[in-house]
Amino acid sequence: MNSDQLRDKLSSSFIVFENELNGERRTPLHQKRRAAMERFEMKGFPSTRDEEWKYTNLKPLLGTDYKIFHEGEQSLEFREIKRFFLNDIDTYKIVFVNGKYSSWLSETTHRGFDICTFSAALQRHRHVLDEYFGRSDEEPSSTMDLNTAFAQEGAFIRIGKNAHVDKPVEIVHFTTADAGPSFNQPRNLIVLEEGSSAEVIERHRCLGEQETLTNAVSEVFLGAQARLSLFRIQNDAPQAGLIDHTNIHLSRDAHAHTATFSMGGRFVRNDLAFFFNEPNATAQLDGLSLLDGGEFADQHTLVDHRVPHCESREFYKGVYGGAAKGVFNGKVMVRPKAQKTNAFQENKNLLLSEKAAVDTKPQLEIFADDVKCSHGCTVGQLDEEALFYLRSRGIPEHESKALLLYAFGDEVIQRVPLKALRQRLHRLMAQKLDVDFQLNL
Amino acid sequence: MLSIKDLHASIEETPILNGVHLEVKKGEVHAIMGPNGSGKSTLSSVIAGREEYDVEKGSIDLDGQDILELSPEERAHLGIFLSFQYPVEIPGVSVTNFLKTALNETRKARGQEPMSAKELLRLMREKMELLEMDKSFLSRSLNEGFSGGEKKRNEIFQMALMEPRLAILDETDSGLDIDALRIVANGVNHLRSKENAVVLITHYQRLLEYIKPDFVHVLYKGRIVKSGGSELALELEAKGYDWIKEEVEA
Repeated sequence: MNSDQLRDKLSSSFIVFENELNGERRTPLHQKRRAAMERFEMKGFPSTRDEEWKYTNLKPLLGTDYKIFHEGEQSLEFREIKRFFLNDIDTYKIVFVNGKYSSWLSETTHRGFDICTFSAALQRHRHVLDEYFGRSDEEPSSTMDLNTAFAQEGAFIRIGKNAHVDKPVEIVHFTTADAGPSFNQPRNLIVLEEGSSAEVIERHRCLGEQETLTNAVSEVFLGAQARLSLFRIQNDAPQAGLIDHTNIHLSRDAHAHTATFSMGGRFVRNDLAFFFNEPNATAQLDGLSLLDGGEFADQHTLVDHRVPHCESREFYKGVYGGAAKGVFNGKVMVRPKAQKTNAFQENKNLLLSEKAAVDTKPQLEIFADDVKCSHGCTVGQLDEEALFYLRSRGIPEHESKALLLYAFGDEVIQRVPLKALRQRLHRLMAQKLDVDFQLNL
Repeated sequence: MLSIKDLHASIEETPILNGVHLEVKKGEVHAIMGPNGSGKSTLSSVIAGREEYDVEKGSIDLDGQDILELSPEERAHLGIFLSFQYPVEIPGVSVTNFLKTALNETRKARGQEPMSAKELLRLMREKMELLEMDKSFLSRSLNEGFSGGEKKRNEIFQMALMEPRLAILDETDSGLDIDALRIVANGVNHLRSKENAVVLITHYQRLLEYIKPDFVHVLYKGRIVKSGGSELALELEAKGYDWIKEEVEA
């Protein structure tokens, strides 16, 4: 199998998919799918010749004969997967097993707000899908198009005017060992209407040793004064790959906060884009990559200031040990109309070994003159002085390093307002650093 | 307790210590004085195990055990404590978490049970009182934004908690006003016992008015060129170092 063969397989799978749709085929939604498939077939998978994929080689992940569709339904017991959810607090749960919604494991609602699935929305909220589906990106990448072509399941969250979701929403996608190597394409749609708010946590988890490649899309639309927090825990199994596309559109006075924690998996590519469509909106983009072994994570962000008086603050950190590699590509676009823009970007990296590497590329394109923009990036190593200081107090070398890295990473974790999630992230960080202290810093 | 014999050490091929001999017995306080660049800080760093220094010759024993091959943490577990001349700022690590980790790692290495949070807090409160420190200090990031005096006090606070057998104070008096100096000296005197020893590295005689040494040594060009009782410090204060330099050159 190579990337051309995989593309061919996807093309024939699309025909199979279409043939099963019957009446659905003539809907506007499906027309969008078909158009997306045609674009994907023209462009194919991205290669390192594409500017946006210059530092990120997808090719090794395209050599596997993935299953495009899952057969049958697979059930899981809650106790088998309990550890992947926040345990101290009550949450809504939208759970997928091998791409299929598991009502057994989920906890959804239609009371006051719709927290359900894409397939349910096709039945109940088609007008919402017709309005928003496929609209978040004017120039979709080929992988985003591929997801659009096959879009049929994922999370659907729509919060009505001035409603506040009373507990966080956890979206978890599982793949099980008996699914075999699989290609997963979940599709989320989040619509927060005027004055509403929600907190969402998403993760992908491969439960077996089979190779998986997930090509996910989340489209997010925030009405005036809406507030969204969107957290990602990316610490999947060592043979799991993830390409995520998240596009967030903000109306007047809206606020979106994303925090992305990439702590494992074979391959992670995050394409995260913010679009300011109306004035006075604000965005905070936080991220932490904590990688070792042969792990890889590419944090690709775009903040598009299209209108005046918006503010974006971006803060990404990375720690790379072993032969891990990271990419940070932060593009900030300030269009001619976007006067009085505040846009700040910071990227700090630590390399722990000779073989570890990071490519960091701030990319500011500013076409307005009355703006405040700044960016900074650093690549360094652990402070030897600090290390000696800690060791001289009896803290062994391994623990001393971990303590410094813990503190480095904690600066991002502290930006998460949800205590139960902070505690979970602390635990994951300690686990990753292979130390048994759990400090509440 | 501490026995240093013919110690030669260099950094990046530059020799700094050229045959230091020093015997410290338990219960004693030794002061090491000397002009700038004589190797005082190098000596303390080498005892604590800083890896940038190459020890080419000689030995350092603690209670008859050769410590030169030991890591800094292993030396700390044996009871060696270095109060840094320039304590390092470590953002994001609170004083409490740092001390909890340091104390419990040391206890672990010594085969002791970890200290409970309650016990630890009680101990920290007790020592903070001794050093006249404010409670808010515990939740601050280690040394970050601390004034010079606060950093030094924090060093002595750590020392009071770790209860080392051998404390080396590297220019702990520099940058301290007279009140802070009194508090720091009080902390050191509190630690003194028949079972442990203190090595004070200092430029000035001032600290020695508060912590009376049993022996004073002058380090010059990487060797101890003169030793005496506490009166030697007074003589150095009055006459400076030039006469020592002349004696050595002659």
